[in-house]
Amino acid sequence: MLKSTPFHPRTSALVRAQTWRRWSGYQMASSYDPHPDREYAAVRSAAALFDVSPLHKYLIGGKDAARLMDRMITRDVAKLKVGQVYYTPWCDARGKVVDDGTLSRLDEATFRLTSADSSWRWLHMNAVGMDVTIEDVTETVATLALQGPLSRDILSQLAPYDMGKLKYFRVAKTTIRDIPVSISRTGYTGDLGYEIWVDAERALPLWDALIEGGSPYGITPAGVWALDIARIEAGLIMLDVDYFSSHHALIESRKSTPFEINLGWAVPKDKGPFNGRASLAAERVRGAAWGFVGLEIDWVSFETLFAAHHLPPAISNVPWRVSVPAYVGGEQVGYATSGCWSPILKKPLALAHLRRPHFAPGTKVDVEVTVEHTRQRAQATVRALPFFDPPRKKS
Amino acid sequence: MTVPRYDAIVIGGGHNGLVAAAYLARAGKKTLVLEKRPLVGGAAVTEQVFPGFKYSVFSYVVSLLRPEIIRDLDLPKHGLQILPLESTVTPLDNGDYLAGWADADETREELRRHSKKDADAMAIFGHLMHHMAMAVKPILGMIPPDPTSLSPRDLAGLLKLGRHFHGLGQEHFHALHKLMTMSSADYLDEWFEFDALKATKSASGIIGTFLGPRSPGSAYVLLHHYMGEIDGAFRAWGFQKGGTGAISESIASAAKAQGATIRTDASVAQVIVKNGRATGVALTTGEEIPASLVVSGLDPRLTFTRLIDPKGLPGDLVDGIRRYKFRGSSGKVNLALSGLPDFTCMPGFGPHLRGAISVSPSVDYLERAYDDAKYGEFSRHPYMDVVIPSMIDPGMAPPGKHVMSIFVQYAPFNLNGGWNEAKREAFGDAVVGTLARYAPNLPSLILHRQVLTPDDIERITGLTEGNIFQGELALQQLFFLRPVPKWAKYKTPIEGYWQCGAGTHPGGGIMGASGRLAALEILKRAP
Repeated sequence: MLKSTPFHPRTSALVRAQTWRRWSGYQMASSYDPHPDREYAAVRSAAALFDVSPLHKYLIGGKDAARLMDRMITRDVAKLKVGQVYYTPWCDARGKVVDDGTLSRLDEATFRLTSADSSWRWLHMNAVGMDVTIEDVTETVATLALQGPLSRDILSQLAPYDMGKLKYFRVAKTTIRDIPVSISRTGYTGDLGYEIWVDAERALPLWDALIEGGSPYGITPAGVWALDIARIEAGLIMLDVDYFSSHHALIESRKSTPFEINLGWAVPKDKGPFNGRASLAAERVRGAAWGFVGLEIDWVSFETLFAAHHLPPAISNVPWRVSVPAYVGGEQVGYATSGCWSPILKKPLALAHLRRPHFAPGTKVDVEVTVEHTRQRAQATVRALPFFDPPRKKS
Repeated sequence: MTVPRYDAIVIGGGHNGLVAAAYLARAGKKTLVLEKRPLVGGAAVTEQVFPGFKYSVFSYVVSLLRPEIIRDLDLPKHGLQILPLESTVTPLDNGDYLAGWADADETREELRRHSKKDADAMAIFGHLMHHMAMAVKPILGMIPPDPTSLSPRDLAGLLKLGRHFHGLGQEHFHALHKLMTMSSADYLDEWFEFDALKATKSASGIIGTFLGPRSPGSAYVLLHHYMGEIDGAFRAWGFQKGGTGAISESIASAAKAQGATIRTDASVAQVIVKNGRATGVALTTGEEIPASLVVSGLDPRLTFTRLIDPKGLPGDLVDGIRRYKFRGSSGKVNLALSGLPDFTCMPGFGPHLRGAISVSPSVDYLERAYDDAKYGEFSRHPYMDVVIPSMIDPGMAPPGKHVMSIFVQYAPFNLNGGWNEAKREAFGDAVVGTLARYAPNLPSLILHRQVLTPDDIERITGLTEGNIFQGELALQQLFFLRPVPKWAKYKTPIEGYWQCGAGTHPGGGIMGASGRLAALEILKRAP
């Protein structure tokens, strides 16, 4: 039996076409409407409300909490201020990525870590000999992501906290209609947005308060399809879709270093010991063998493939997650792992792994497209990520 | 002080003028756009007529904006953001409704409620219209060849078109012929039995024309509106965030990024013509601006008879322009609302409020609305296409408040006794009163009402007789006949003077094709 999140009594009443899917063992809505168009539009135009409770969540406390976190993640925890949030990968000893998530410093010695996979064992393995407490709050803390240009206006109506003061990647404690919450200025959409952390027992009143207060601002419950489109536009990777955890990869070639999945920026040069440091330092010198980039598929070339069969281009309004070969001069140089039609950029986009040297922005590659049962190739151009990066994202 | 010298001046900052300017500037022409109003957009403008409430004053949805323009000008980067407008609900007089939803299965089930045959027919009809739209689509992107001309270019164009139509096959060619000649009501009668369905579909065949659903020729306009559907994958259909003015602004921004200059509050009095050649324009202030190319985005009547002295033009051209039909037939009512209308057929809040509400309960209803107009009156019970933009983009009104956009037909430009303040208000009352039959709480919600008759549309935007398409989309004035035979390729008899408005091929709607094709033709002929 799949688990359901604390918001299930509300969300399940909204899933009109029973479009359910799995997320970390939970049943989650792909979308509430039969199609995600309106839910996606809310992300970029008003405010979308996502249930992201399946994220694994841990509270790490105690004297050595900072030491544990610093050993585990690639980014420098000494520089993480109280009330600040990092997005970060973490690696095994060989510098291969185990997972990625956010780390919030709630106070000097208390952290909240989120991860896509369960991190319970890994946290304990790294904590040997340290004075820390590790609490798995995955099921006791419910999480909503409120994402979109009007998300700040909505929270400003509902929370006594001055939302204008909550900067990008900062977190604060406040209340929403007297419900104690923690709000972080974070998200997985590349838009202005927040994530709201609440005691699971208060989940439903929080949902109701947001829907009621957000309705005049067009708040729209949204499912994973809409989230996926937004995160692809924002160039954000997804575990088990765009890369595999080194803990789960069956074969070595499925593992990636942070440099290979566009997270090299999160590996500081000057940081002391942490998992994978030596390997990553060597790779920094050597240069990564793979790049993780955006592909913008050329519409005219795409349309021409269909026109040959007297067909208009077939594009789903649902994002895809399959491996698609990419070629240069007829030779395969990599593969795309997820993609979508971008409603805001009006382009078909994909996220792709490409071998050196083919990942430089501007490089022309061909991607495989199936047209009328035949394998064809459409032209595409390598783009630096993110594809979509509005100023409001960091405002 | 020296006056800056421009290569090209575009008269009128409507969307076609802006598109033309952007393409000319992109090709390196130093381009100036002159707009008489304080804002660009022409009939695609967003204005706060009532503080805090944004009206898409005239044009209100986007359906046919050419994907190549979106790409060439990178409009998304400049603010183009089209939000889904997912449904159409037609309230019926018996308290029921007919709905078309975003989901094909839901729509089919809804249709089965009214007619199982129609539900089955819809899929086949959809396929046929797909083929028809595919057949006509290439025409939207081509400079119309003249079938009476023997020039190599025209012959090449005709040959291409001939091959294209030959490739259609007999069945589709016949269907196309029917579409070109029949009335939308007759055409739909061949397919469907449910009256409200036929009425709602045929409504798109009468928009912006002085035709009724039973007038021959209206079926083509039906197709014109289907054209947006084959660009379905591109999803350029819906509601622009911030209203249609934001589309104009995005094109203006793209034009500026290409180096074009845009001057608002700059009304052109005339084009300066010396020795049969346009050399610039004179503004109403007396200021003269020289340029080697002058491009008019205004409608054919203004382009040929007001901006220049028609005495210098060939007689058949002037005659043709005089006969060119404008016959504005639609009006617009914009409302600021304190809350949401409550439709009797679908009480309370619901998804129908995020889509279009079509007041088209029967073909007779539409034809009667036309009957009023035929004899010089506005429709007592008009056809209406209603949207609540603030339900799609909450930024259009203060939180919890709403705006309603009501496209109304028929409101004849040539009203018996002429339009005046009282007639305008009576027209507004007829609109609100008719809509209140379906949503009784509507009158009590109205905070502000803006009523626009064809007379107002002409006065504000300049569009002759208030025709929203710069002239009817009627077969006798389309393609190589738009606006008039021999002058359908954006050129005019005056050297250096060109036309780029919706009065040229392929015509109206926020399509931009006229502006783009004109610019491409100009660049080819006057590089």
